[in-house]
Amino acid sequence: MQDFSIGTAWLHSMFLNVMPEWLAVTIECLLIGVGLMLLYAVLALFYIWFERKVCAAFQCRLGPNRVGPWGLLQSIADMFKILIKELISLNHVDKFLFALAPYLVIIASMLAFAVLPWGNGLQIIDFNVGIFFLLAVSSIGVLGILLAGWSSNNKFTLIGALRSGAQMVSYELSMGLSVITMVALAGTMSVGGIVKAQENLWFIFSGHIPAIIAFVIFLIAGTAETNRGPFDLPEAESELTAGYHTEYSGIHFGFFYLAEYLNLFIVSGVAALLFFGGWMPLHIPGLDAFNHVMDYIPSVVWFVGKAVAISFIIIWFKWTFPRLRIDQLLSLEWKYLLPINLVNLVLMVLVITFRLYIH
Amino acid sequence: MTPSIGNNITIMADIQGKISKLFPQAVFEEGQTLTVTIPDAQWHELAKTLKEDPELSFDFLVTIVGMDWQEKGMGCVYELTSTRHNTHIAVKVLATGDRNKPFVHSVFDLWAIATVFEREVYDFFGIIFINNPDMRRLFLSIDWKGYPLRKDYDADPKLNPVAPFENERQSDFTDTYVELPDGKIEKRQERVFAEDDFVVNIGPQHPATHGVLRFRTAVDGETIKKIDIYLGYIHRGVEKICESLTYPQTLHFMDRLDYFSGQIYHHGLCMAIEEAAGITISRRAQVIRVLMDELSRIASHCLFIGTYCMDLGATTMLFYTLRVREQILNIFERTCGARMTFNYGCIGGVMQDLDENFVKDVHDLLDVLPKNIAEYNKIFTGNVIAKNRMENVGVLSREDAISWAVSGPSGRASGWACDVRKTDPYSIYGELEFDEVVRHEGDSMARFKVRMDEMEQSARIIAQLIDNIPEGEYCVKVPKVLKLPVGSWFKVVEGCRGAFGVYIESDGTTSPYRLKLAPPCLPLAAVVDHITEGSKIADLITIGGSLDYIVPDIDR
Repeated sequence: MQDFSIGTAWLHSMFLNVMPEWLAVTIECLLIGVGLMLLYAVLALFYIWFERKVCAAFQCRLGPNRVGPWGLLQSIADMFKILIKELISLNHVDKFLFALAPYLVIIASMLAFAVLPWGNGLQIIDFNVGIFFLLAVSSIGVLGILLAGWSSNNKFTLIGALRSGAQMVSYELSMGLSVITMVALAGTMSVGGIVKAQENLWFIFSGHIPAIIAFVIFLIAGTAETNRGPFDLPEAESELTAGYHTEYSGIHFGFFYLAEYLNLFIVSGVAALLFFGGWMPLHIPGLDAFNHVMDYIPSVVWFVGKAVAISFIIIWFKWTFPRLRIDQLLSLEWKYLLPINLVNLVLMVLVITFRLYIH
Repeated sequence: MTPSIGNNITIMADIQGKISKLFPQAVFEEGQTLTVTIPDAQWHELAKTLKEDPELSFDFLVTIVGMDWQEKGMGCVYELTSTRHNTHIAVKVLATGDRNKPFVHSVFDLWAIATVFEREVYDFFGIIFINNPDMRRLFLSIDWKGYPLRKDYDADPKLNPVAPFENERQSDFTDTYVELPDGKIEKRQERVFAEDDFVVNIGPQHPATHGVLRFRTAVDGETIKKIDIYLGYIHRGVEKICESLTYPQTLHFMDRLDYFSGQIYHHGLCMAIEEAAGITISRRAQVIRVLMDELSRIASHCLFIGTYCMDLGATTMLFYTLRVREQILNIFERTCGARMTFNYGCIGGVMQDLDENFVKDVHDLLDVLPKNIAEYNKIFTGNVIAKNRMENVGVLSREDAISWAVSGPSGRASGWACDVRKTDPYSIYGELEFDEVVRHEGDSMARFKVRMDEMEQSARIIAQLIDNIPEGEYCVKVPKVLKLPVGSWFKVVEGCRGAFGVYIESDGTTSPYRLKLAPPCLPLAAVVDHITEGSKIADLITIGGSLDYIVPDIDR
């Protein structure tokens, strides 16, 4: 299996030959930053195109098909359009918070990128509380949405923001608990460690029933966290026009739009990490030849492929289900998902204690 | 058909005898329906008797027609129906007071829908309804000068300049006129909302109001406290314009009210005019009209299902239902030459003969329809989220449905068998086999399912007729200049959203003296406040969507 850490280590040592260490680290950070920005844009554009195509297929339509082959350049054209649009400045808004909110949302999803396991050795930072860091930074997004709704000084945005506050804070619990369930199985919070623990078999297979329950809950909570249908209440267009981002225009709106798709990728990425081995190829104990063949597929392809496949499921139910009502949404979380999750955690602990998982 | 003409006459005589015993001042005219004329002083008492006497029990107020009889004074015609005995009566009430300030006593305490109907009459005729809690204009802006449907109305644009860039004027207060014990009438002002209410404007430009109407919604968090409805954003004064047009010219407005029931509304107005003029149309034309009515009913319900699911967040369903609707619109297009404003029915029959492929096209539609309906049910009706969103949301009891005059599929979902095709079969509906779909839950889910099942019934009607379209002329000869005799006629047909009534009063000329259109959608919009109280904002969308009102039909 290719190991990207060899490449990165070589680059680092080359830098060290010609410059002091502090400069080398700074340059590397800059390079990563630029790479991240590019990746961010490319992924968002891909996701916009992907969702349009998928939803078109569900709705017996073709989807974008005019700009570029299979409409591939459509989202680039749209991005360009959004970039050159005027930023309308509104009276009666809290100007500072209004401008700050989209950046908070986008920063939250950017930071989460830092710990995603892109490939073997291809991870920006791998430290012992990686998954915990990810949960922490992804909560900053709520703040951005709350601020956006509040500072717009509009009744619809305010209701949207309050909805999203209630929703995201609630579903963070389920998300955290299902992550903890899997961390218990992995025995580590380090992202690299979690991937390594799935070297023989992915957790979704080895973790038995509790892992499957945790996966389902994670998927539901993750969809709610990213404000996507059927949990898109903060921006329910038939009720609140566009919810918290009603008043935004131009690239500020674009930031919310991008962040939504990037959050979709992050949630799918974390699900891939926790349940499907991150970048780890599919290994089945005992089938050495098969495992060897699987190793030839690059680890980056494994990770992105898994994330996109999980995103497909999330997109699928967005375009199938109607939207929940706010009280139903909250009772689903507090009355069903949370108790199930707690029981599931106990179940997982039992599975670990009695070594019932496949090892 | 109605029991029999002889029976009908005895019933009418019974009612007449009963009323004349209690109200000696009442004057009777016998026509197709019994008409009672009574001065305002006895009106409220008569109304109470009509509603509450078990032998009369006129519990359904179909419409209030404001009238300006010029030198004979102002007044209203109340069209009443008894849902128990299936009898009809019209009451002419003469207003007290002079033209500057005519008064009629309100009957809002007997029929809930009267609050809104009376506001409409006030708006157009300036007749003040004593005790009505909400005497504001309904359609026109609050500072409109004059009452447009009065015969002496000055339509000079200088009086009421249209200034589209001005903000809409609105008041937080409403007027009521209360009769004091000494007979004097006092004007009082009341607040619409409490002073510290958080009021959100839902509409006029809002994705889920299905057109331009505005709900001023007082909310407490996500819970709705009160809704104040603002109408008239696309009020075009159809009734006023019709007074200056000849009868054939009035027809094309019918496509522009409820634009999904254009065919049916045409049918209604044509029938009223034909009946008044004594024209009998050919059997072929009857069959064609009924076929078109039922096809548009399916198309309308398809669109309802699609948009309703979209309101609830299930966007994909819209595309599935539009597929069937497109097929029907193609059928229409081949015969009528239009997909939306057909203008197909005309006095004496229909505009032109059917397209040569009509029968084949309709058979193709009938083949795919059951599969599609099954698919809709599979995707949406059984879904857990859909059930949670719709069941027990916006429950409307049978009594309230009648009192608020909520007819059509929404009324039938509340257990009120109000299908005009069954209660007063018109055209050839009496000979056709179909079931009236009635459910008893009264919630949004019931309203949704009633429409789902009605599509099947409409398909059944079409299947009975499509292979038996008789030969004959599609339009009979009608005099070039059509004059109706002096008199008044009221005709009701079953539109896609409820009972659509046409009231014609003729003074013997080529254009109507008064043409009142009683739309089914006005009660549907008016009842929203009543059934949303205490629900969530999201429920307002569910309820509004399930009632399926069409704004041009309300505003006219």
